[in-house]
Amino acid sequence: MAFKIIVCAKQVPDTNEIRINPETGTLIRDGVPSILNHDDANALEEALKIKDKFDDVHITVITMGPPQAKDLLIECLAMGADEGILVSDRAVGGSDTWATSNVLAAAVHKVGDYDLLFAGRQAIDGDTAQVGPQLAEKMDVPQVTYVQKFEIADNMKDIRVERALEDGYEVIDIQTPCMLTAIKELNTPRYMYMKGIFNPDKDIKVWNAKDIEVDLTTVGLEASPTNVFRSFTPKPKGKGVVVEGDTDKDLAKNLLIGLKGKHVI
Amino acid sequence: MNFQLTKEQEFVRKMVREFATNEVEPLAAEIDQEHRFPVETVEKMAKYGLLGVPFPTEYSGAGGDHISYAITVEELSRVCASTGVICSAHTSLCCWPIFNWGNEEQKKKYLPDLLSGKKLGAFGLTEPGAGTDAAGQQTRAVLEGDEWVLNGSKVFITNGGYAETFVVMAMTDKSKGTRGISAFIVEKNDPGFSIGKTEDKLGICASSTTELIFQDCRIPQDRLLGEVGQGFKVAMSTLDGGRIGIASQALGIAQGALDVTVDYMKARKQFGKRLSDMEALRFDVAEMATRIEAARLLIYQAADMKDKHLAYGPKSAMAKLFAAETAMYVTTKCVQLHGGYGYTKDYPVERMMRDAKITEIYEGTSEVQKIVIAASVLGK
Repeated sequence: MAFKIIVCAKQVPDTNEIRINPETGTLIRDGVPSILNHDDANALEEALKIKDKFDDVHITVITMGPPQAKDLLIECLAMGADEGILVSDRAVGGSDTWATSNVLAAAVHKVGDYDLLFAGRQAIDGDTAQVGPQLAEKMDVPQVTYVQKFEIADNMKDIRVERALEDGYEVIDIQTPCMLTAIKELNTPRYMYMKGIFNPDKDIKVWNAKDIEVDLTTVGLEASPTNVFRSFTPKPKGKGVVVEGDTDKDLAKNLLIGLKGKHVI
Repeated sequence: MNFQLTKEQEFVRKMVREFATNEVEPLAAEIDQEHRFPVETVEKMAKYGLLGVPFPTEYSGAGGDHISYAITVEELSRVCASTGVICSAHTSLCCWPIFNWGNEEQKKKYLPDLLSGKKLGAFGLTEPGAGTDAAGQQTRAVLEGDEWVLNGSKVFITNGGYAETFVVMAMTDKSKGTRGISAFIVEKNDPGFSIGKTEDKLGICASSTTELIFQDCRIPQDRLLGEVGQGFKVAMSTLDGGRIGIASQALGIAQGALDVTVDYMKARKQFGKRLSDMEALRFDVAEMATRIEAARLLIYQAADMKDKHLAYGPKSAMAKLFAAETAMYVTTKCVQLHGGYGYTKDYPVERMMRDAKITEIYEGTSEVQKIVIAASVLGK
């Protein structure tokens, strides 16, 4: 039987291309290209690596979003995923993390059996890191967040991961089925394959709220318990410079050279 | 009329842009200065299907179209023109003639390895005495028993040092002029075939440009590509398509130079003002951007006509002529806009200017393009 992986992904505005309205301090989203959220790309890449290594691995990518989020699924299929599901319905619009994880849980239920649930740690537009853990709770499977290294045994059951902490990492053994959230240290996502762009197995399904049989009182803006008090964009910080040198004297010298070079002193 | 890229073409640009930014751009200055052919990049291009874009999947191509191919070469050349021409010469000059003129056995034998990038391809037409006058072929091929025996040499062959499959023109019957030329498929290890001198060039320094030497080079009879005497037709039809590739390379160089110059102009201050706020210089940018966009439209139109099997020869000649001259115009201007910095190797525009010049020369000089275009307007 196929080893089934479900990857949850989100289409987000490309933060490299985002400009800020200097008067209102809000993001100018018009004309900003949408991209596959970075951490989600890492989750998909790890799933694809499992597929590269073992036979009979099936990867389903689920995303919730407006109709144009289909582009994200085309991209995932062009990278090598087998199936894409877009959950799109006005009824789920405006969902916060709790409501979003209700939608995703319903979609995962509808997909059926799975061995591994994979998502990115967080999306670059919201930065909450809540949806993955909430989904794991709602699916009642064990979870490990901040996965920076992943190994699966040949029995396709035993998994060993490294979970990144601020000052180190934990090594955790876990068994399928389970939920993992990926961080960028996990891998380098591949590009789309040219063949995948032109001939994807265009297995993309679009489901609405009715299709996934989700309780409508638990999704959408109305059902979302989060109230956004204020959103703001932190002032962009300049790129830091690490001064290098073998001895304290070298360090001091290099620091001085750097400061002089920039005409600070 | 529809001037919108398809969804697939947009994805191609996104994919190749990302690939070029991460894998090609970081090497561009280094391989230029070291005159080093980027073997590692070619392997990656193969893996992602960049070496067989406009060919069907049944021969291991990507199943794409020629606009997507043009975008691929453009985006590669935007950061490294050497890498762009490796893709262009391989695809247009070796894969295409085999795909178009080869019989089924030849296609099955050669295309899967070429289109999947396991092997690189090259094309041999130019000789020391047969450049623009391509009909003056001195390389001869004589049928001896069931083997063709080739003698002569080719020069300025792109990918020469790294290709394993070559499409080569040779004279089989001198008395018939251009109708006495035939095309052949030569393999790297064929007896009597060797690679000669590697050229030391002004630009596209990371591409391999070599001499091909045939000394009693014996190849099986079935390596004839097309019919005996069809070689000139094979070569000319191949170059019609190749010009889309080179025009795309020129376009990519121009766009890349403009993009880095725009960044520079926004940062550089003189007389208390950013260069990007000085009207005379803004007009330069407007002029460059307009020429680039006009070149792009000509190229995509020629590529679209090729996909639709329309007579696109004069159109690809116009695209190549205009794009090459645009590349020279834009890169020269971009060096000027950078001032002294633009003349140093600390900035990429001097490399782009050196790289641009060849696009006015190879696969038909600008003058040859004008011959083709004028013939289509005035008759021969």
